[in-house]
Amino acid sequence: MINFGFSINRPRTIDIDRNNLRKSNEIIREMPELQACIGCGSCTATCTAGNLTEFNFRKVHTLVRRGEYQGAYEEMNKCMLCGKCRLVCPRGINTRGIVMLIKRKLGDF
Amino acid sequence: MKHVIVIGGGVAGMQCASELLRQGLAVTIIEKEQDLGGKVRNWHKLFPTFTPADEVLSAMRHRLKISNNLKIRTGCQATTITANSVTLCSGEELKCDATVIATGFTLFDAQIKEEYGYGIYDNVITSAELEQMFNENNVHLAHGGTPKRIAILHCVGSRDEKVCQRHCSKVCCVTGVKQAIELKKLFPAADVFNFYMDIRMFGPGYEEMYREAQTAYNVHFVRGRISEVSPTFNSQLQIKAEDTLTGRPLKMSVDMLVLLIGMKSNEHNITLRNECNLLAQPSGFMQPQDSFIGNVTSNVDGIFYAGTITAPKNVGESINEGTAAARAVIEWLNKH
Ligand SMILES: Cc1cc2nc3c(=O)[nH]c(=O)nc-3n(C[C@H](O)[C@H](O)[C@H](O)COP(=O)(O)OP(=O)(O)OC[C@H]3O[C@@H](n4cnc5c(N)ncnc54)[C@H](O)[C@@H]3O)c2cc1C
Ligand code: SF4
Ligand code: SF4
Ligand code: SF4
Repeated sequence: MINFGFSINRPRTIDIDRNNLRKSNEIIREMPELQACIGCGSCTATCTAGNLTEFNFRKVHTLVRRGEYQGAYEEMNKCMLCGKCRLVCPRGINTRGIVMLIKRKLGDF
Repeated sequence: MKHVIVIGGGVAGMQCASELLRQGLAVTIIEKEQDLGGKVRNWHKLFPTFTPADEVLSAMRHRLKISNNLKIRTGCQATTITANSVTLCSGEELKCDATVIATGFTLFDAQIKEEYGYGIYDNVITSAELEQMFNENNVHLAHGGTPKRIAILHCVGSRDEKVCQRHCSKVCCVTGVKQAIELKKLFPAADVFNFYMDIRMFGPGYEEMYREAQTAYNVHFVRGRISEVSPTFNSQLQIKAEDTLTGRPLKMSVDMLVLLIGMKSNEHNITLRNECNLLAQPSGFMQPQDSFIGNVTSNVDGIFYAGTITAPKNVGESINEGTAAARAVIEWLNKH
């Protein structure tokens, strides 16, 4: 095959119609407080793992709520469960509990 | 007996008139519609307490019954205004000792934002139309049936240079959250998505209502502005936006799109500016003397302002300004 130098990119768009929201709905039903997130980023700012790796707790849980599960489990594995994020969350979200819940729900993804 | 003309019979004008009557003055209200009440007549329940708008209006009407010195001229539009006279569009001129302008605001015409498909696709409606549907207890899709997925778009015709409306309309965020809750109450199985740029919950109980929408009603909030709307083959609406909190484009189809239309200044403000020597702000809303101790006083002696004529405000603030303007009028009359 001649290589013309073209490649196909995976679409980056979050397609809510295609995404299977079953897991995300289950997660929200078990811990509705997750929906109270206002995207302030305090969790990520204080996160020990996030200061040393690409891990961004806020972004990962937002993607999970949109039905984007790819890689979420692996990302959450970077969390050391230190609990600093919970100390700073202005919406009082049990962030560490969210990490555990997402890992439990998406373990087979 | 001193005589004051209040132009505009919305909540601000009604409150101002009742306060003036209570202080023993004669008042004439000039209202261009057939009824008093202004925009609030079209609303169903008011944020953040879900108080029926009717309840507030009937209390306001009751307050006007305080004396017999009130004249109400409905179906009659004011054109030029001075401290001592008001000209109606019929050409008739009414005399008085002071005037209060409480002519409110105009709803943004959603058709101007063509990319959202209002007036082009079925099931793209405005927040004002949704209030009407709530009032008639008849929220449904254009061809019948109930919506399963609804998007609510913030800042339509506000904070937007492209339509010459740079200001924030202040009440639409709260209205959007209130309507999301009401839709979830009606259709618990439906998914409701609010597309916002900033969430502005400025009043008491508003932030709490926002949180309740998130956790008790599972309303989804996506930070990002819908860029375009197009129809799908099964007559749904496909919307596109950026989910700015994840930095990824996002698309989905919805059954209904609600546009939170903004408050813009009245066309009539141009007449006030050009023919009555009154100052207007760049937004088109009238310019009060200052923002702290002179916010119901105009730059012309004997002409006062109350309510949303000077800026977007909620019902409570508009009513308070009605009272404040009445006090300012009396103080001014006592000096003259
Ligand atoms: C979709 C939507 C929902 C809202 N919901 C809420 C809510 O739940 N709670 C809340 O607190 N606020 C709410 N608001 C805000 C509320 O509508 C305003 O605060 C209120 O209407 C302001 O009252 P007003 O008297 O200043 O003006 P208006 O209500 O605009 O009244 C002005 C009156 O003047 C008359 N008029 C205008 N020009 C002339 C003229 N030249 N001659 C004679 N008469 C004239 C008009 O016909 C009108 O009756 C909402 C606003 C919107 C857009
Ligand atoms: S608990 Fe996990 S996500 Fe939270 S700060 Fe610690 S490492 Fe980061
Ligand atoms: S600290 Fe809390 S509110 Fe802020 S982004 Fe993290 S989870 Fe959301
Ligand atoms: S109140 Fe909210 S929706 Fe309305 S213009 Fe301001 S930011 Fe936009």
